[in-house]
Amino acid sequence: MGQQVLNGIFLGSIYALFAVGYTLVFGVLDILNLAHQAVFMLAAFVALALVADAHLSLWVALPLAVVAGGLIGIVLERLAFRPLRGRADSNISGLISSLAMATVFEAIALQIFGPDISRFPQDTFPDRVIQIGGATASLLQICIVAISVVLMAVLTLLLARTRLGRQIRAVAESPRAARILGVNVDRAIAMAFFLSSALGGAAGVLFGLAFNSISPDVGRGVELKGLAVIILGGMGSIPGAVIAGFALGVIEVFTVAQLGSSFRDVVSFAVLFLVLIARPRGLLGRAAAREA
Amino acid sequence: MDLFLAYQSLLAFVGINGLLALSVYATLSCGQLSLANAGFMAIGAYTGALITLHAKGVPFVAVLAASALAPAIVAVPLGLPVLRLRGVFLAIATVGFGEVVRLAFVNWDYTNGAMGLVAIPQRTKLWTIALSLALTLFVLGRLRGSRTGYALEAIREDETAARTMGIYTTGHKMAMLVLGAAIAGLAGGLEAHFTFMVAPGTYRFERVVEWLVQAVVGGTAAFYGPVVGAAFLTVLPEVLREAGARLGLAPGPFRLFLNGAILLAVILYLPNGLVSLPARFRRRAAGLA
Repeated sequence: MGQQVLNGIFLGSIYALFAVGYTLVFGVLDILNLAHQAVFMLAAFVALALVADAHLSLWVALPLAVVAGGLIGIVLERLAFRPLRGRADSNISGLISSLAMATVFEAIALQIFGPDISRFPQDTFPDRVIQIGGATASLLQICIVAISVVLMAVLTLLLARTRLGRQIRAVAESPRAARILGVNVDRAIAMAFFLSSALGGAAGVLFGLAFNSISPDVGRGVELKGLAVIILGGMGSIPGAVIAGFALGVIEVFTVAQLGSSFRDVVSFAVLFLVLIARPRGLLGRAAAREA
Repeated sequence: MDLFLAYQSLLAFVGINGLLALSVYATLSCGQLSLANAGFMAIGAYTGALITLHAKGVPFVAVLAASALAPAIVAVPLGLPVLRLRGVFLAIATVGFGEVVRLAFVNWDYTNGAMGLVAIPQRTKLWTIALSLALTLFVLGRLRGSRTGYALEAIREDETAARTMGIYTTGHKMAMLVLGAAIAGLAGGLEAHFTFMVAPGTYRFERVVEWLVQAVVGGTAAFYGPVVGAAFLTVLPEVLREAGARLGLAPGPFRLFLNGAILLAVILYLPNGLVSLPARFRRRAAGLA
């Protein structure tokens, strides 16, 4: 029981980290960024290349891969989202242009890393097991949870306290009003993409470490989980995404333990579906969001 | 002969994808983005395949009718709660439905779980697909310019205003959801009897997104746009393969890359889809004269 809660928290921390970035972009632009999962995958490969080929320590490779994820996010915004700004159908066309970019990213990963599953070298992370109460956790798992929590806390502080955070929130509220007040809207949106993709990239690296398997389509399975999490948490709500991420992780682990692994996703999507029908704004979303 | 066979299956998939793009277009025509169609297609495909496998002697027309009818019936109880949602929320709720349907088939022993049903007799001919597509286009074409068609456009432009003008918005939205479900189910039945098999893996979320892309790339302003888009995007990878082989390009990644790049170019530079190309050329020619 305790062991399963622990495993759920571990899985949930990655879902939450992935979804926080997802929901940040949705909150600012009202567009689902379907390339988020591709950034997740690319950053994992970047970390892998830095560790396996450049022989860097993981603690150097991780921040570099996170920054690389952020930079990919800026490229993504520039190519796929900025040209669409101001178009009436931008939420459907944005969905498609981001999907096109996801295809391009996947093609790049296929070209460089090949279609097979890649793994981190054996000695990337010390293999140690720690007892917590009656449950066991590996040092890696604990580090993953800790890193995710720290990154999410940093994002929350950044949005709440800094000038950039205020600008991003202003643009999310109303781009026009923000522009009148002197906010550089294009720059704020680009920075939102940087942050979103950096966190998505971090989630990718941690996912790659946790399951030690990275392939060009690794992001696809996480994408739908991420959708479920941001709906459950309330579209655009960052604390909601965090809570829902952990909740989904725990739900998934218990489903597998009780019903078997083929039911893993049934429960997640059933929960998603019921939340949308009973409480479309999610756990912490604003009521108005439903009209979006 | 080999060449003809290769193109025959390509044409068949153009037709089937055309139907599926139209099924997404059906709800899109009243401004609703429903992505439940992979689930509807699965229900149609399994219904058709089970009838063919277990009830010998049922005419193919009846099988296809059942393929279209079964998801249409399921669409009603789905639509009642779900159509209250708007925009992305409707899209995600319907994705959830599609995944639940797919996973239900994975876990259902009667339909052989994740392996799916195999050895379905090939009853779909090219003309069956062409006829189904023509019929669907006829229905959707007749809707335009009709009273219902105007009502759908009004709902797409502004749902609240349409309701204020006395249009029964819920009913119209439900009708289009059911119609889309029937089209997707029909396509499912056709595909099942063309590829010999149905398996849950065929009806993933990615496929619905493909049909949406086809519909938007073709252009949703005209009812035949989605078919144009489906034809373009189904044939494009084949053309790229041919061109790649001629130019000595490695297969795989490069084609995928071009596919993505072309899709991006179309969505960025042709907002009204491929069907707006002729008008654009005409305008340019007129401007030059």
